Amino acid sequence: MHLSPDEVVFWHHGIFKLNATIVFTWALMFVLVVGSKLITGRLSKGMSRSRWQNFLEIIVTGIAGQIKDVGLPNPQKYLGFIGTLFLFVATANIFTIIPGYDPPTGSLSTTTALALCVFIAVPLFGIEDQGLKDYLKSYLEPTVIMLPFNIISELSRTLALAVRLFGNMMSGAMIAAILLTITPFIFPIVMTALGLLTGMVQAYIFSILAAVYIAAARRTPQPEGAQS
Amino acid sequence: MDSTTMIAMASIATAGLTIAIGSIGPALGEGKAVSTALSSLAQQPDAANTITRTLFVGLAMIESIAIYCFVTSMILIFANPFWNHVIAQTAGK
Repeated sequence: MHLSPDEVVFWHHGIFKLNATIVFTWALMFVLVVGSKLITGRLSKGMSRSRWQNFLEIIVTGIAGQIKDVGLPNPQKYLGFIGTLFLFVATANIFTIIPGYDPPTGSLSTTTALALCVFIAVPLFGIEDQGLKDYLKSYLEPTVIMLPFNIISELSRTLALAVRLFGNMMSGAMIAAILLTITPFIFPIVMTALGLLTGMVQAYIFSILAAVYIAAARRTPQPEGAQS
Repeated sequence: MDSTTMIAMASIATAGLTIAIGSIGPALGEGKAVSTALSSLAQQPDAANTITRTLFVGLAMIESIAIYCFVTSMILIFANPFWNHVIAQTAGK
């Protein structure tokens, strides 16, 4: 029983290690890129469209609708970032039904990388929206005394993002492994099904939280009666 | 009793206590959050989308406290730094 797929090393040469996390991340990237390339290669605008095009359109419009509901007008701008996060985490978690697959999100390295992307992207979107000076001024709200607490909250929510996804995925794999040794007949299947549900919820939560943080960073004081 | 036995005993007992005590608070909090969300849903079914989304995000926030406890107990059992230190010391002798 291993704690994370980092410990499964397929090949190493000097300081370079090829562990299960990297290999499965590459496999996921390959599946996502080639799959969407194949589907978007022949898009149709007419009434007859392939079922895969419908599938992708449902996903994209669904994500865009969710981003808009969080309070970000003009969701097309954030669709690339938040949609990528959601699709990667969701496919990484849903592929756990394939035997012999370890989700790369069950490794703290992957989730830390994703959380760092959010950590960097949030100030960038905030600065782009309201300018450097106004963005930095938002750290002084409501008073100057709150400055260290605002910075701490920025750091701790990044840590929380990383550890939450890692803990959920790792606990799913761990519970299935423990149950296999105690009751190896039916219960592991039930817990794996529960793990699939948790994986989808975590993917949703990860992307929604990223959207919420971006929405909080770009909150400009709206004039009275203005149309957003 | 040598130090490896001491560390193993303390780590296992503390890991159990960590997850046992640490899950009380999040359990109470999640129960309260879900019950409040259910009564709000019963009062205002039109706002179901907003309530459900906020509930999910809030539940994730609450649950991450329990997850921190779980990660801590897993570190205590499987990746204990003190254990590794003592093992490395005895191996070096």
